[in-house]
Amino acid sequence: MNAPVTPLLSVHDVAKYYGGRIGCTDVSFDLYPGEVMGIVGESGSGKSTLLNCLAGHLTPDQGEVLFDTRDDGLRDTLTMSEPERRMLSRTDWAFVHQHARDGLRMSVSAGGNVGERLMAVGARRYDDIRAKAIDWLDRVEISEDRVDDRPSAFSGGMQQRLQIARNLVTGPRLVFMDEPTGGLDVSVQARLLDLLRGLVREMGLSAIIVTHDLAVVRLLADRLMVMKSGRVVEAGLTDQVLDDPQHAYTQLLVSSVLQV
Amino acid sequence: MSDYNFAYLDEQTKRMIRRAILKGIAIPGYQVPFASREMPMPYGWGTGGVQVSAACLTPDDSFKVIDQGADDTTNAVSIRKFFEHTAGVATTEHTVDATVIQTRHRIPEEPLTEDQILVYQVPIPEPLRFLEPRETETRKMHALEEYGLMHVKLYEDIARHGNIATAYAYPVKVEDRYVMDPSPIPKFDNPKLEMAAIQLFGAGREQRIYAIPPYTKVVSLDFEDHPFDPSKADHPCDLCGAEHTYLDEVIIDDEGGRMFVCSDTDYCSKRQADGHRGRLSPIEEAAE
Amino acid sequence: MICVENVSKTFTLHNQSSAVIRVMEGASFTVGRGECVALTGNSGAGKSTLMRMIYGNYVVASGSIFIGDTDVASAEPREVIALRRETLGYVSQFLRVVPRVPTLDVVAEPLLAIGTDRDVAYARARHLLTRLNIPETLWGLSPTTFSGGEQQRVNIARGFAHTYPAMLLDEPTASLDATNRETVLSLIEEAKARGAAIIGIFHDKPARDRVADREIDVSAFTPLRAA
Repeated sequence: MNAPVTPLLSVHDVAKYYGGRIGCTDVSFDLYPGEVMGIVGESGSGKSTLLNCLAGHLTPDQGEVLFDTRDDGLRDTLTMSEPERRMLSRTDWAFVHQHARDGLRMSVSAGGNVGERLMAVGARRYDDIRAKAIDWLDRVEISEDRVDDRPSAFSGGMQQRLQIARNLVTGPRLVFMDEPTGGLDVSVQARLLDLLRGLVREMGLSAIIVTHDLAVVRLLADRLMVMKSGRVVEAGLTDQVLDDPQHAYTQLLVSSVLQV
Repeated sequence: MSDYNFAYLDEQTKRMIRRAILKGIAIPGYQVPFASREMPMPYGWGTGGVQVSAACLTPDDSFKVIDQGADDTTNAVSIRKFFEHTAGVATTEHTVDATVIQTRHRIPEEPLTEDQILVYQVPIPEPLRFLEPRETETRKMHALEEYGLMHVKLYEDIARHGNIATAYAYPVKVEDRYVMDPSPIPKFDNPKLEMAAIQLFGAGREQRIYAIPPYTKVVSLDFEDHPFDPSKADHPCDLCGAEHTYLDEVIIDDEGGRMFVCSDTDYCSKRQADGHRGRLSPIEEAAE
Repeated sequence: MICVENVSKTFTLHNQSSAVIRVMEGASFTVGRGECVALTGNSGAGKSTLMRMIYGNYVVASGSIFIGDTDVASAEPREVIALRRETLGYVSQFLRVVPRVPTLDVVAEPLLAIGTDRDVAYARARHLLTRLNIPETLWGLSPTTFSGGEQQRVNIARGFAHTYPAMLLDEPTASLDATNRETVLSLIEEAKARGAAIIGIFHDKPARDRVADREIDVSAFTPLRAA
């Protein structure tokens, strides 16, 4: 009946400064297995800084980022050794970049892109790797006959789906997404969102999605954090924050969205 | 000779290179940075190998240079002459007589002994470079043994060509630890990397030295269902009849005629002197 | 099952010189198992606001709202999410779905979310869509392309897919023809019969008289507007 007690990710008082300027500060939250949390805010609000701190791409100046590891339970990913952290980031974690070319190897075929994480954790049978890559391409709606094509021959939406396949093939438990639908046209966005929702439910994924698109978080996120000037100004259930915003900034943000 | 310090380089530089070599031997397959010097030849002509050879040579050594298996090409001749002039060491074309052998792109067919040193010229020492251009990242990958990317390259080969098409500079794992580029030797030579002689690799432009100590485990990377295959052209040598050597294909006329000959010229002429004959050996010999 | 106690609600409009609007005070009532309570009151009395607070969609200013053992007013987001998944159903007036998802999947989703076997979930979805007269030819299409009435029926099918112990119904019979209205009313009666606690808003008086056991006039909780 109740959600499991141990959070998958537990963030305490994380802060990152760029010199005297605040990147993000005073950030604390727990993310539970299967939860999808959105982080919204305008450009420069610190949401991407926060995401990069959580995913280990930036080192925060303060705070703890505890992750529920398979072997040892909650561990602070900021103090664990780099090999351990890198191992996490290619097994239990995934990071979907806004620009697919930041997350893909553009000179490697689609199959090789998906297979890389498998080979990185020791897969050494070519036929198995290829079969799994084709299976994942199919799950993200890329047809089998494109398996040997390079991502440069793909459309933006396909590249983004390929990036998702590449990230999810090792069955991660936590996915970080930085504006996953940014730069895609609306119909392609809808398809991607639908795909992500399905995968999140099927695989029981937890995810943290940074976006400035409120429609995206309404469809994907259970919970929402609103950031402004590096601080979390409001957090709660997604629909509650969007339908009954409490903070002045959130009210402004919500009322600024064009109604379609 | 008196115009130069022995073997061209000054003694401090040689000591620096020797330290790098010792470190390389202590950590098989690990690329040791060193302060590569300007040499009186262009990059790509073996500046790394020449510096390693210079640091290894003693006045009593007998020096041999191989270029693609041959002793008589421009590169081989000029490096041999270089050390004749600057070190005054004896030079030889016979593998068995040499104590230090500098090579470009081949391992001699004749098994080497514990008394020999094989020095390789290396253009690009980093095997991960083709897929990961950032040096900071490749160093980290070596440090953390993150070698999945190496298999991505082999995967791409199979996906494109149906088999592992990499035919030279075929990546190996040394002593179960470091993935290493064996320099652009044919993969046919890979099994010979496990040998009795010391093997030193020098990359002048890239400023790296690495090494394989004698009798070190060297495994060519592969997939379980696409195992490593040290294949060669399916012919015997047309001059000495050898079936077990690496061959060069030579076009001999305008009609598409071709011959296959041992790429190791010393080995081939030794076999011919011992009476072995191939398909295109001179007539009078065959009529004997 | 549902226990609303001394609930109040204010809206603070930060962007309009921080005007504070008090919309509800002292709302208290309970709904037992198998009981259906209709919220009444004039338009603007706060029926929808109250219902949204019960669902956790609106923040409660003070007071408590217990659904079973969970106080929606103070619960963590994940507790509310679990509550909505397992215990508390909500049929709103508008269907909100991801574009491109087929109708059958939309209806089966609440069941799949609680781990119901796929075959069972889809059988239930087909059964409900059939009862609500959604032609089978439409099941494979996204409901976003449907007419208003069809969307409303898909919404109801989705809302009734899982047998929630507590349900909130916002105008479930609006814009339905007689046949479908009858179906929806019998769905409500069936839910009551299996013990669900239901709170509904029905402008349709005959429907209200038929399914509701009690009426609560929400205007009683509306504070006198300060001038």
